[in-house]
Amino acid sequence: MALEQVLKPQDYATEVHNDWCPGCGDFGILRTIQMALAELKLDPYRVAMVSGIGCSAKTIHYIKTYGVHTLHGRVLPVAQGIKLANPNLEVVAVGGDGDGMGIGGAHFVNAGRRNLDMLYILHDNGVYGLTKGQAAPTLKLGVQTKSLAHPNINDAINPIWLALAAGATWVGRGYSYDVKHLKDLIVQGIRHKGYAFLDVLQPCPTYNDINTKEWDGGEDRSEQNGGRPLPRVYKLDGQGWDPVVHEPMEIEAKAKQALAKALEWGDRIPIGVFYNNEHVPDMGERIRQRIPTYYQKPPAEQRIAGPNGEPLTDLTKLFERLTVQPTA
Amino acid sequence: MPAKTQRVNDLSWMIGGPQGSGVDSSANAFARACAHAGLDVFGKREYYSNIKGEHSYFTVRAASRVIRSHIDDVHLLATFDAETAFRHVREVVDDGAIIYDPSLARTKLSDIPTIEPRLKGDLKTYLIARGVGETLDDLLTTAKQRGVTLVPVPYNDILEQIADEFKVDALSKIARMINMLAVGASLGLVGLEFDYTVQALNDVFRGRKATVDMNASGARKGYDLAKALAPDFSYRLERMARKEPRLFLTGSQAGALGKLYGGLRVQTYYPITPASDESEFLEANEILQLDGHGAAEAEDSAFLKEKDASVLVVQTEDEIAAITMAIGAALTGARSATATSGPGFCLMMEGIGYASINEVPVVITLYQRAGPSTGMPTRHEQGDLRFALHAGHGDSPRIILASGDFEEMIRDGLLSFNYAERYQMPVIHMVDKALANNSGTVAFPQLTDLRIDRGRLLADGNGFGPEHPYHRFELGENPVSPRAVIGQHGTLFWNTGDEHDETGHITEDPVLRDLMMEKREAKLQLAAKEIPDSVKYHYFGAKDAETVIVSWGSTKGPLLDALDRLLAEKESVGFLQLRLLNPFPTEAVMAHLAKAKRRVDVEMNFGAQLGGLVRERTGVDLTHTILKYNGRPMSNSELHDAIKAIIRNQAPRRTVLTHGA
Ligand SMILES: Cc1ncc(C[n+]2csc(CCOP(=O)(O)OP(=O)(O)O)c2C)c(N)n1
Ligand code: SF4
Ligand SMILES: [Mg+2]
Repeated sequence: MALEQVLKPQDYATEVHNDWCPGCGDFGILRTIQMALAELKLDPYRVAMVSGIGCSAKTIHYIKTYGVHTLHGRVLPVAQGIKLANPNLEVVAVGGDGDGMGIGGAHFVNAGRRNLDMLYILHDNGVYGLTKGQAAPTLKLGVQTKSLAHPNINDAINPIWLALAAGATWVGRGYSYDVKHLKDLIVQGIRHKGYAFLDVLQPCPTYNDINTKEWDGGEDRSEQNGGRPLPRVYKLDGQGWDPVVHEPMEIEAKAKQALAKALEWGDRIPIGVFYNNEHVPDMGERIRQRIPTYYQKPPAEQRIAGPNGEPLTDLTKLFERLTVQPTA
Repeated sequence: MPAKTQRVNDLSWMIGGPQGSGVDSSANAFARACAHAGLDVFGKREYYSNIKGEHSYFTVRAASRVIRSHIDDVHLLATFDAETAFRHVREVVDDGAIIYDPSLARTKLSDIPTIEPRLKGDLKTYLIARGVGETLDDLLTTAKQRGVTLVPVPYNDILEQIADEFKVDALSKIARMINMLAVGASLGLVGLEFDYTVQALNDVFRGRKATVDMNASGARKGYDLAKALAPDFSYRLERMARKEPRLFLTGSQAGALGKLYGGLRVQTYYPITPASDESEFLEANEILQLDGHGAAEAEDSAFLKEKDASVLVVQTEDEIAAITMAIGAALTGARSATATSGPGFCLMMEGIGYASINEVPVVITLYQRAGPSTGMPTRHEQGDLRFALHAGHGDSPRIILASGDFEEMIRDGLLSFNYAERYQMPVIHMVDKALANNSGTVAFPQLTDLRIDRGRLLADGNGFGPEHPYHRFELGENPVSPRAVIGQHGTLFWNTGDEHDETGHITEDPVLRDLMMEKREAKLQLAAKEIPDSVKYHYFGAKDAETVIVSWGSTKGPLLDALDRLLAEKESVGFLQLRLLNPFPTEAVMAHLAKAKRRVDVEMNFGAQLGGLVRERTGVDLTHTILKYNGRPMSNSELHDAIKAIIRNQAPRRTVLTHGA
């Protein structure tokens, strides 16, 4: 799937006019996806970008690969349908937090059970951007963002917890203003053999006036830090943090560690890889055990008709089983 | 005593019992024994939305000619519980017979918790009117008084003998065999050679010898006993010579076979009655064989020499995922489908609109059942025609094809994919509970005329690329644009549920909007022009008939059987079976109805949905409707009588059929 010629991130950009608000965190995610595709030398003709509905879902129109902008909440089943029918494609799903954890909640949890080899990037902005700022399932209880008439009456879902509980085998969190770090996470998520879930803190300057870039960066806490901002977002890497399940026996310990880490919020918000377990067979492999030719001849690449349209599927054996023989 | 007149090879047999007790396998065995003997069989299954305990029953007709439906009369009722006798005794004809368990003779009607209060009341009135009490014995006495032959089979005694013979330590282990004893007794009564029972048991138990032997021994005991008790029973079955092999199918299997033949490669589903049987059959047969058909001429005959293919069946988390996952799969070029019933179809609306605006070829097999809401999950209805037509918001073209019998189900499986790809839109293939659960013999389907048509699907190496960019929704002379699939070199495209431009990016431009709307609708016009009459409809019966019946779907079976009788009675009747419901075959319908004095709409719903559609699309009003919505399919007898009354000008404009237990 890797390309011979070198493509630059901008080679993965379309000319479609981008209509996100200035300063939107989505820009960072878009750029890092393009950087990751270039770094991985992915052939645009072998990549499907799939999205739900929301500001974030427009991402795929700005990327020069196959792009499928689906329905609100349905990014995962469409992405899975593409991947299942043609496991030789690289499939990346993107969508909003409302899309993935609200209306698409059932798909979110069932994707983990399948562990299909793909990456899902969640644009976590705490609000329903495209419908003008209502509370998203990731907004904390009691928080009142700009459009809300009252403080949020629901508590928030913890996407990392939910992804782990559902069975995602690679779980990470990135920050849309830390482009290089986010790009590395996307590269790892795409490379991961299995279902990778990446929660991306994506400030929405228009509607989320609480979890802003400035808040993430801790600008309100400069007094505590000698006049310099004291960032809330910090990186897990390089502090003896090891999210990798090296042996199956470590699964429990590593999952517990990830869950504990994912509870951190407020003054300290970790980004990086929370959990990485390649000991669970992905769905493609599970299918191959039943259908040995699955990878060589996936559903999308099977011939079904002869040169003149003759149906090639031979029903003889099935018919034999259902046949009543002649009687003398 | 004068010799009774005997009817040979025209039997309506029924078996019933609590769900989970093996009623289905016993009916299967009975039907297969008849089929092995060369008879034509038709089976109808009725059951509750319940796993264990509620009453289910199965009707099998066996005859020397093709039968496509049930009749109201039961000639032989096989029971092994009291409830079945109570529920169905009144359906048994006077010269018929009832097989029953004498040890249950004292069972009282009021002791049977699974009979609904309404029916209990009816039965009580029936018994009181005949001056008897409320035990099974009382009930059977009333039957005997009208001439019905009673055949007591002491099931437990026979089971004990079998336990001895086969060294089974506990009777409970072989209790399920009771239903095969009833089958044996039935076949003994009608006098069909016992060999066929053994063949049938081999089918049902897939050749597991020990099980077959034990069941055969039980069936034989029932067989001999019944034969001795009523040697001159009025209904007989005799072996018929058959030169050709036939198929013994259920509708669900027919649905699956048609899809496979049509090249299905991905099927998604969420479990729902009566649709999941199809998906389960597919999953059990996921490894496919390829035919070398035409391979010699094919350049890539090497490819075809590898004989393996497969269908991937995915059980999803809900029907929203089922339709959208199938859409994703279809975008890669795999022929993809899902199968569901009303409640699941409700969840698919948005996906269908998406497939429509993005011109994705996807097939939805809609197994209708009684609605609204959960309705009667295991019962029959044709109530979703209007829904299928309009499902989703906005104008979203789709093709709707309705099958009326097993062979059509097979053919339509392939045709649905052809139309989906040729016109690049969703196809809703409408079937129903009756079709799905019916079973029986059919002539080997002739499918050699069928071809796979992938429409304007681009081949690889199509010349598109950065210099010559591909436009998925190209606006041209032909409203159908060349279709690339994801992963096909040189052909990047985008899809969106928003209105889009030629490349598939979002647009709200009013001019482009018009062009895209018109393009999509034009495909439907094209389909109306191209799809042959032989697919759009069938007409049966007298040419220029005075009375023309219009119907769709599985009413075809009982209508054809009723029509045979009406024609034999020299009535001027015809039957127009509509198969393509969208785009609507307006001209054909107008032509067939123009001269008719009486135009009769027959369908299994309350609202006469097809009747309304005919009026809407042709301006022609139907003079009469025959409807049914009690969840039980129409019998050919009740249809015959209802049509006859209309012909005689003795019927109101609207007749509601109510038969069926
Ligand atoms: C079935 C359905 N319901 C509601 C909507 C309206 N809608 C469009 S976008 C959106 C919310 C998007 O929020 P989120 O998923 O968080 O994405 P964001 O805009 O924040 O990126 C909603 C509710 C819709 N398009 N479809
Ligand atoms: S509303 Fe928020 S999420 Fe949407 S584009 Fe504007 S800033 Fe971005
Ligand atoms: Mg959001």
